[in-house]
Amino acid sequence: MSERITRDDVVHVARLARLQLSEAEIERFTEQLGDVLDHAADVESLDVGDIPPTAHPLPLVNVTRPDELVESLDRAELLAQAPLVERGHFRVPPVLGEEP
Amino acid sequence: MSAIETARAVRAGERSAVDVLEAHLGRIEAREAEIHAFNLVTEDSARAQAEAVDATVAAGGDPGPLAGVTVALKDNMCTRGIPTTCSSKILEGWIPPYDATVVTKLAAAGAVFVGKTNLDEFAMGSSTENSAFGATHNPLDLSRVPGGSSGGSAAAVAAGFAALGIGSDTGGSVRQPAAFCGVVGMKPTYGAVSRYGLIAFGSSLDQIGPFAADVADAAALFDLIAGHDPRDTTSIADFVPSAGAALDQGVDGLRVGVVRELSGGPGSVEGISPDVIGRTKAAVEALAAAGAEVEEVSVPSATLGLSAYYLVAPAEASSNLARYDGVRFGLRVDGATTGEMNTATRTAGFGEEVKRRIMLGTYALSAGYYDAFYGKALKVRTMMLNDFAAVYDKVDVLITPTAPTTAFLMGERSQDPMTMYVNDVCTIPSNLVGHPGISVPFGVGDDGMPVGVQVLAPATEDAQTFRVGAVLEAAANSGGAS
Repeated sequence: MSERITRDDVVHVARLARLQLSEAEIERFTEQLGDVLDHAADVESLDVGDIPPTAHPLPLVNVTRPDELVESLDRAELLAQAPLVERGHFRVPPVLGEEP
Repeated sequence: MSAIETARAVRAGERSAVDVLEAHLGRIEAREAEIHAFNLVTEDSARAQAEAVDATVAAGGDPGPLAGVTVALKDNMCTRGIPTTCSSKILEGWIPPYDATVVTKLAAAGAVFVGKTNLDEFAMGSSTENSAFGATHNPLDLSRVPGGSSGGSAAAVAAGFAALGIGSDTGGSVRQPAAFCGVVGMKPTYGAVSRYGLIAFGSSLDQIGPFAADVADAAALFDLIAGHDPRDTTSIADFVPSAGAALDQGVDGLRVGVVRELSGGPGSVEGISPDVIGRTKAAVEALAAAGAEVEEVSVPSATLGLSAYYLVAPAEASSNLARYDGVRFGLRVDGATTGEMNTATRTAGFGEEVKRRIMLGTYALSAGYYDAFYGKALKVRTMMLNDFAAVYDKVDVLITPTAPTTAFLMGERSQDPMTMYVNDVCTIPSNLVGHPGISVPFGVGDDGMPVGVQVLAPATEDAQTFRVGAVLEAAANSGGAS
């Protein structure tokens, strides 16, 4: 089994990703993510020097549209898809008092 | 009857769109239960669309270039008023409030939508086995996968459920299922087709692409859906599609490069099966016989594509899928606090492969690992852009296999993610650099399943892939693939 990623790493990352994993999933993901990262060792070990990164294949900057009014999506139609709505707003359980 | 011929006959009043639709619905009725290409067959709205087309013709009008042509749409593209699930429980029952641009364009062209097709959940997979609503089977052999993630659209076209299919390709998700199902599938240049209304997976990689039974139909569909869309900021402003016009240009004098690293020979990535290598060589010989100048070329960084992709795509996915939080749409599982609700919703709503990729992406982007993994993967993308630019100084197009093998058995690779991921080794490079690629059927492998050959071209030269694809198709049809 790979030592590349630990059980604690998996638990930590799951928390960042807002996922609750079962014990079996933690074990399985620790091994499987390790396998993928082992494969990625060819990239990790690469001497890339000062090659600039490419985040995106198109050299686009500051794409804007004309400042003209266009029809918006329908508010009632959007809210109809929400799990819980109150007076035109999305309603959620309490936010204050949570762990960060 | 081809899509082009169907549209011509419907526009001329020689065939009714309703009859065309009923023939397709009849085939769906006969075989959908065993293939499961669709998450939803929209027969009522399809009948209404077909009747409208016929009414327009009867009134002396023109319903458009795809009049009465049936289309199967991958279920990760938004259709207003019609559920769109991404084959995920987290979006089950969600009804989009707008249409994707491809949907708007196809509807305006007179196309008839027969249904929303199955996919690997959020397009993450290469077999269409990772769907929350059950796997799709390969119409040519039900014990085999159709490929993925656009396996439903590929299977729908292969089974005659629809004349045309629409898929999305992030790492090969149109081309590989096209190869597995024996149809034509194409990934356009990044930015050639609007992504507006395509539910995001890897935003710098995703492209919508066409499926069809032959190259000419795929070209017609590409020409229709491509072009600038102000609603997609990554849409190329001055792209004018011209695939149809390239179909009869032939390849005389065209310079064709065989990519050493993806050819199965010395210096190649491993795992490309001998029968696939054989068919690819036969395809290259067919192009040479048609007048192309063939040479072997090297794209050294192509061997790094798989690793770079499985860092970049999950990283982008982990960010894109953060929106599924149970607040504004889709599933919500209650919790005492918003944080608990978010976690409970995501835990219940996402399938295992999606969780695995979110985990991988979150890890690759997290403090302490960003530079080693994601940051380096972005530099590999630059290396690949440079390598492809150098090779396209010498040749016009490149040839590789589409996938390392023919369609594998269902369940054969679903236990080990890494063996599934290597499926994409030949298709991934063009997503990382944003270049176009097509898969064209070229004979069969030792198991009798179709082999796809891939043609790659520089950015915005999408027409070249169709041009070469047409020559390969003609050679295959005249026995040159055997």
